[in-house]
Amino acid sequence: MTAMISQAFLQHYWWIIISILASLLVFLMFVQGGQSMIYSLPKNNTQKTMIVNTMGRKWEFTFTTLVTFGGAFFASFPLFYATSFGGAYWVWIAILFSFTIQAIAYEFRSKPNNVLGKKTFDLFLFLNGSLGPFLIGVAVATFFTGSMFTLNQMNQVHWATHWYGLEALLNVRNLSLGLAVLFLARINGLLYIINTLDDEALTKRSVKGLITNSIPFLIFFLFFVISLLFSKGFAADPTTGTITVEKFKYMHNLIQMPVVLILFLAGIVCVLYGIGITVFRKSFSGIWFSGAGTILSVFSLFLIAGFNGTSFYPSLFDLQSSLTIRNASSSLFTLKTMMYVSFIIPLVLAYIWYAWKAINTNKITEQEMNSEEHKY
Amino acid sequence: MIDNIDLSLVDWSRAQFALTAVYHWLFVPLTLGLSFILAIMETIYVKTGKEEWRRITRFWMTLFGINFAIGVATGIILEFEFGTNWSNYSWFVGDIFGTPLAIEGILAFFLESTFVAVMFFGWNKVNKKFHLVSTWLVAIGANLSALWILVANAWMQHPVGMIFNPDTARNEMVNFWAVLFNQVAVDKFLHTISSSFLLASMFVLGISAWYLIRKREEQMAKRSILIAGVFGLLSSLMVAYTGDESARTVSKVQPVKFASMEALYEGKNNAGLIAFGILKDTDKKIGGKKVREFAFKIQIPGLLSVLTGGDNDSYVQGLKDHISGNEKLGIISTPEKMQRGKYARDVLTSYKRARLINDTAQIGAIKNVFKDKDFQNKYFRYFGYASIDKPEDVIPNVTVSFYSFHLMVVLGFLFIMIFSIALYLLFKGTISDNKWFLWIALLSIPLPYVASELGWLLTEIGRQPWIIQDMMTVSKAVSQISTGSVITTFILFAVLFTGLLISEVSIMLKQIKTGPKH
Repeated sequence: MTAMISQAFLQHYWWIIISILASLLVFLMFVQGGQSMIYSLPKNNTQKTMIVNTMGRKWEFTFTTLVTFGGAFFASFPLFYATSFGGAYWVWIAILFSFTIQAIAYEFRSKPNNVLGKKTFDLFLFLNGSLGPFLIGVAVATFFTGSMFTLNQMNQVHWATHWYGLEALLNVRNLSLGLAVLFLARINGLLYIINTLDDEALTKRSVKGLITNSIPFLIFFLFFVISLLFSKGFAADPTTGTITVEKFKYMHNLIQMPVVLILFLAGIVCVLYGIGITVFRKSFSGIWFSGAGTILSVFSLFLIAGFNGTSFYPSLFDLQSSLTIRNASSSLFTLKTMMYVSFIIPLVLAYIWYAWKAINTNKITEQEMNSEEHKY
Repeated sequence: MIDNIDLSLVDWSRAQFALTAVYHWLFVPLTLGLSFILAIMETIYVKTGKEEWRRITRFWMTLFGINFAIGVATGIILEFEFGTNWSNYSWFVGDIFGTPLAIEGILAFFLESTFVAVMFFGWNKVNKKFHLVSTWLVAIGANLSALWILVANAWMQHPVGMIFNPDTARNEMVNFWAVLFNQVAVDKFLHTISSSFLLASMFVLGISAWYLIRKREEQMAKRSILIAGVFGLLSSLMVAYTGDESARTVSKVQPVKFASMEALYEGKNNAGLIAFGILKDTDKKIGGKKVREFAFKIQIPGLLSVLTGGDNDSYVQGLKDHISGNEKLGIISTPEKMQRGKYARDVLTSYKRARLINDTAQIGAIKNVFKDKDFQNKYFRYFGYASIDKPEDVIPNVTVSFYSFHLMVVLGFLFIMIFSIALYLLFKGTISDNKWFLWIALLSIPLPYVASELGWLLTEIGRQPWIIQDMMTVSKAVSQISTGSVITTFILFAVLFTGLLISEVSIMLKQIKTGPKH
């Protein structure tokens, strides 16, 4: 049976896996969202410790998902890995830098003799919390807005500007998605705090924070989505692979893939529902709706970026160098090998869920913070 | 077609990767080894129910946590630097190299990161058995991640299981099992994890010795020495065995690296193993490179021939055999390999030209050339030699290769002695009285780190000028970004890593001084 599996099928299969990983990553960035509010949300040190500790128990998941996202992209679409990482150097380095300082900040911040001081490590958490989601949003936006590169006959990348990725920060649409991802991470961070911390005052402040973060999120997100729907896109001819500019390409993608449209709309509704039940019904479960909504909307965005004959990494400098899931993928053999590996993903998700539940059985209290030995 | 690269860009890119790798490897071996020591200690706690073992486990777990985070932090940069700094490489071999990295993420990192949270925070939240299983899974996950990244590195040393596709201009995997069970990968994995177990054992032994010197926490220290002593002795014996196997494999698949490790310029029968040697410069040269000879050496006659070929009559190849060739042994000279590599590159260039003008007859004809086994084995396997300017450029730095290898071996034997003495004194009941040994154990903590880094120095510098043995030179693999950008990020990372290292050591020392909680 496996002999009948075509490369085109596997390219789509692996784009779906990449999209799932990306959507899980954006959801798990509630950790970063929480970190970005460590100066503004808590009223005292105990509240700050509680926020840091609830996020600190999950930071590894976000980090690991980012690493796996990178590894899976490398294995399935190595030409993207080579082109984007090797060209948009500064954007990726800035992302890496921000995640590097996060990894040690939790473990080191409250340990005696940490040399750099607690304030420095808290600043690291804040920087990662703010820059991480924003820069990842900007990088993903280039999937739609394009970059300045060309590939030679040996598929070696030449970046056409001397900014090596920093030019992405000059595009308003990129900035709007970056900011939308940041505010979404903050919304999810607040919902997670409400779900896991037992502190009435903090919950009240988090609910207020939900409203103030939802407004900019909606503004930036709607701006990006509307501009996306009415912008030109980069279409790949299914036979020749030739890239052409197509008006309203992403709107066409949504219309031509109604399932994706439904998932996208359902995602937005879920995020709004998660916020709504928390603000108006004082529910603690908003994170699960907002989380599911985040996953659905990011997943759909990735599908309209790569499916339906679309270039997922367009070149504005040399149109024919644009990357599609067809020309950027690994060989049939490698994609097939990786497909077998991917069968283990449900098991991975199952044990993550089991371990997550085991740790999150009770809400974190002030009392626990005073008695816990392994505390951040 | 293949652009000329600014050498300073290559040098800075190498420096940045080396910086990240060296720092990363300061933390990872302790994670690999200490995770198993923790699992053993916790198993004793669960089996015996004695609270003291819980206390011991939690103390070492605190030190594990401090080290673990910084290993993770440096690891993410290493993974992405393949793309940011070596993008040509990433495309040329991404079809093979990306697979182990992805499997590492899916199979190992999630296992490690999921259960490390239970290990740290689950003491009062989950039952004893679940917690114990979590600790074991962290150890297994960490070591599984080592497996996959070492499979990837081994493939760079000895590329197998792939074929070159002229359409995509890259190597494509055709046999996953050949990549996974590559002899270099098997040797490398076993040697690396056993040396990491050894390093962690020395860490536990040395710190426990400090408690005994200070007459503090004596029960905890002695129990820790018992675990570290047994685990360390077994590991150091395994290190010796796997190191020998590893060197034997290198002699077959990377003979130039092997000859450099032994500073063997002239191949010979009945070659002796250098137990100790000091190199000096001579006036002799191979091309433009100075030949280094021994100012002093102690060697065991015939042993190198016995170890590599089975008997003392076996011929051990020298560097000159590879530069000038050796017809009797069927070794092709480097100039000949350069010619063949250039021919292979010309065929590829013709193919790309034919593609550009859509000359179907030419495309078909050249495609058949690429399918021809003779072309693959006699010409394309030397593709990388097309980028070599002078034959002597294929000789790596002999001084670094020789000293790093021999110092590592000497240290390996020293570790066997230290663990043996520790166990002897412990069982005799006199370990606390032998201050001299306790001091040796304490001062030996950095030595496995030195040995481990020397191993990587040999692996990576000994492979130069190749990024993929015989197929791609380092200079052709680099991303074409500005040198200034790489210099800036090099400085940024150097400052960050150094700051974090100082912070880590300071925290660790404070935690050790504070000791376990009562």
